Amino acid sequence: MILFWILSILLIATAVWTITASKPVYSVVGLLAHFVALAVLYLSLSAEFLAVMQIIVYSGAILVLFVFVIALLSSGVAPFSVGPNRLPKALVPVMGIVIIAFGMLIYAVSRTSMPAPTGQTLGPVGSAGVFGSVADFGRALFTTQLLPFEVTAFILMVAVIGVVLLAGDAMESSGSAAQAKQVHREMREAILREGDR
Amino acid sequence: MSGALSAPIANYVALSGILFFLGVTGVLLRRNPLIMLMSIELMFNAANLLLVAFARLWTQNVGQIFAFLSITVAAAEAAIGLAIVVVVFRSARHVDVDETNLMKG
Repeated sequence: MILFWILSILLIATAVWTITASKPVYSVVGLLAHFVALAVLYLSLSAEFLAVMQIIVYSGAILVLFVFVIALLSSGVAPFSVGPNRLPKALVPVMGIVIIAFGMLIYAVSRTSMPAPTGQTLGPVGSAGVFGSVADFGRALFTTQLLPFEVTAFILMVAVIGVVLLAGDAMESSGSAAQAKQVHREMREAILREGDR
Repeated sequence: MSGALSAPIANYVALSGILFFLGVTGVLLRRNPLIMLMSIELMFNAANLLLVAFARLWTQNVGQIFAFLSITVAAAEAAIGLAIVVVVFRSARHVDVDETNLMKG
């Protein structure tokens, strides 16, 4: 219980730090602390594999990607503002309604008596064969939940293709690329003329 | 670890809600697309926390597997979002989302 309170204070503080930091690099540092605290919370919820994946995927892959992009774009032109005029007027009542609905949800969850769990047995974190252990998770991932796992692989492939198509055409120095660009421009102008007619 | 949760499930719901709203606030208030993407990651993490907490409540690892899938979707989203930011920066030399109106009709 004490662990939960310490971690929740840490999570909220780092989230506030992330969204109010003046520079994106500071946001990345806040987000790193947020992810590590969340991994500890996952461990306390006996989700061992997810805690490890949280560190590897989020802190290791996504945050490094953010740092690379910040390094790429940091030519002193990244503007930011926290101005209140950014907030649309109609959003304030909507946010109020959503917060009230969320309060009612929390109240309902706290009032409902939950039946006894029907799943696997619980054991200390790190022991094999119990709920949340890596062996249990992996067995479920490759037997009963195989289709979602394959769909995930497909999503990652689509993301890779999309990123290459979006950001992968930086080869403008070679002669053939310039030629191709010229052809492309002429084709586009022809299409535009066709459209005007 | 004992059989019961270390904290009531309502606490986890409340914490997840607070973190989600912090993410929404970041997306709405900041004009830097990088910080907006990080706020989206905050929202992903709030949803994952709720999935893991309910998986622990019911001791069914389906929730954990769904959180795992959500992590991979977040990774794909971050990659594509950052690629879009790089493309916008390359063509417009700035990264202000209020100035970016390339696809405005």
